[in-house]
Amino acid sequence: MTVLDQPVWHPRTEPAPLLPDAEPYRLLGTPAARALDPGLLTGLYGQLVRGRRYNRQATALTKQGRLAVYPSSAGQEACQIGAALALRPQDWLFPSYRDTLAVIARGVDPVEALTLLRGDWHSGYDSRECHVAPLSTPLATQLPHAVGLAHAARLKGDDVVALAMVGDGGTSEGDFHEALNFAAVWRAPVVFFVQNNGFAISVPLAKQTAAPSFAHKAVGYGMPGRLVDGNDAAAVHAVLTEAVGRARGGGGPTLVEAVTYRIEAHTNADDATRYRDDTEVETWREHDPIALLERELRVRGLLDETLISAAEDEAERMAADLRDRMNEEAALDPMELFTHVYAEQTPQLREQAAMLRAELDAERDAGAGT
Amino acid sequence: MSTHTGTAVAAERRTERKPATMAYALNRALRDALADDPSVHLLGEDIGTLGGVFRITDGLAKEFGDSRCTDTPLAEAGILGTAVGMAMYGLRPVVEMQFDAFAYPAFEQLISHVSRMRNRTRGVLPLPITIRVPYGGGIGGVEHHSDSSEAYYLHTPGLHVVTPATVADAYGLLRAAIASDDPVVFLEPKRLYWSKDDWSADEPAVVPGPGRAMVRRAGRSATLITYGPSLPVCLEAAEAAGEEGWDLEVLDLRTLVPFDDETVAASVRRTGRAVVVHESAGFGGAGAEIAARVTERCFHWLEAPVLRVTGFDIPYPPPMLERHHLPSVDRILDAVGRLQWEGGA
Repeated sequence: MTVLDQPVWHPRTEPAPLLPDAEPYRLLGTPAARALDPGLLTGLYGQLVRGRRYNRQATALTKQGRLAVYPSSAGQEACQIGAALALRPQDWLFPSYRDTLAVIARGVDPVEALTLLRGDWHSGYDSRECHVAPLSTPLATQLPHAVGLAHAARLKGDDVVALAMVGDGGTSEGDFHEALNFAAVWRAPVVFFVQNNGFAISVPLAKQTAAPSFAHKAVGYGMPGRLVDGNDAAAVHAVLTEAVGRARGGGGPTLVEAVTYRIEAHTNADDATRYRDDTEVETWREHDPIALLERELRVRGLLDETLISAAEDEAERMAADLRDRMNEEAALDPMELFTHVYAEQTPQLREQAAMLRAELDAERDAGAGT
Repeated sequence: MSTHTGTAVAAERRTERKPATMAYALNRALRDALADDPSVHLLGEDIGTLGGVFRITDGLAKEFGDSRCTDTPLAEAGILGTAVGMAMYGLRPVVEMQFDAFAYPAFEQLISHVSRMRNRTRGVLPLPITIRVPYGGGIGGVEHHSDSSEAYYLHTPGLHVVTPATVADAYGLLRAAIASDDPVVFLEPKRLYWSKDDWSADEPAVVPGPGRAMVRRAGRSATLITYGPSLPVCLEAAEAAGEEGWDLEVLDLRTLVPFDDETVAASVRRTGRAVVVHESAGFGGAGAEIAARVTERCFHWLEAPVLRVTGFDIPYPPPMLERHHLPSVDRILDAVGRLQWEGGA
């Protein structure tokens, strides 16, 4: 028998179990939702209301010149909160620049989450303390970081899962592909969470991919794909919790696509009327994540005045605090420009730091003289 | 970068120094780093069972296991990107880019994250990653196997750029790079992989830490400033120059970032003349920076403009033509001859 008589090809993974849901998974409004823990639903509600208020407040701060720019996640609050609440303290979140709500839902100070966008430094929170990587501006580059961190944790025998967030546009980047491939080959405890909000700035989905769904891409890497209604906070939370559990149990990575919609423009500097119709936006407003959850809470008899006012009061308190603290002048130390380039300053940086120091001293002296 | 130099010992205690190749010294440095520090992990293409296309990781997967010396999928951005995450979790990854030109897919990770994560996070997430890149030509390689890519790296703040030219430095500088808490691009002159020096693997020679240039040949007439793959041709040119009556000093930079202004300026102030030699393209290259720095610091000592002998400003030539591109003894001596000797050496 020659080698050619042998079956030379066989699938490495059975594809059928990896195929995603036929349509986006939903919980709210379905019989299955009736069994959900009331505490989970009211908790999600409070976070969604707070998240929406945060988006509004941050957008207002751009108009007052307090933020350089703000990419709002209005309409995507269920994705943000669902993702953050699926993680335990020891797990890590790898956010993109639109994921500030997920970051603050992990417990990061709302002001520190805006450092990048205010422009007083790049990353404003302590990543080691809160287990949240810096907001990533370059698209999809944070995904291989999540894979590496999860892989390292597993090598050390630690029970840690990494959740990496990316948008529909980011899936076209090479790093998306490389991260999924590495994660699957290494069976790294990672969850990839694609928020498909319909647009990459102005470019619609149809120009981004010809795949049946982003979740289908999982099959090609040998990992399961899940498709979820990204405006259904309970469904997002359930699907991500299951994927995180699978990663934790040694089952390897999962790719989750949440179908959602970016209600606002890309950022305050963008004009969405140039590339989309208001009627489309209105259609999605009817599928609003907070309204969906309120309907469920009402059916369950959980939406009373106490819950609503508690959520709104907390959101207002957060907004007022954010407003107050963002209106304070940021503490800037120009000499810090040289502090964190290397562990130890190079002779060249010492010279340049001395030059800046002299300029600052001259400025101060000139100011004192007037 | 720290001045750690591995298992340095006093010269008189050294025994049994035998001819050893640079490839062997690099292999030994990786092996000792793996043995000394459990957080060191090697990642790369073909570095496991095969031991790397240049055999620099030979035997390491067998000795330390696949999880310490890992054959990754074939994707350089993925290799460096996952190394970032591993470093964020406290490991000390050493990645191998198979060839200079194959490192380019990893550029975005290198420039947007590796070089600036410490800075972005105010020191919270330093990235102790060593990126080993075999570089340079002279090996008869087909296209994309002979690039000198140092200028791309040294123009990126936050990276150290180190390139050994001797067997002892290959060991000492690689140990220091791995021990560094900053990212280090470690450029290995592949043309010198099989060059030999007397060296003892059991008691490696003491070498100065990174950031220090070294005088490889003392001289009084002019200074040849070089690094990595061009050191041997400079030493050869210096020997030949003796016949012309020039006593040339040869400086091996060893580290391009941080740059050793002090040693370089001291040498040029002594000799009054300088030629920078490297094989990468001249325009916007390391030599341009070096010539500018020397001129800024040594203007009143200079008898002639600082000259450069570099590769031409062309894509790296096919192997049958590369000898016309690489700095040669004659081209170096021609440059030395143009250093305005009217007043005498």
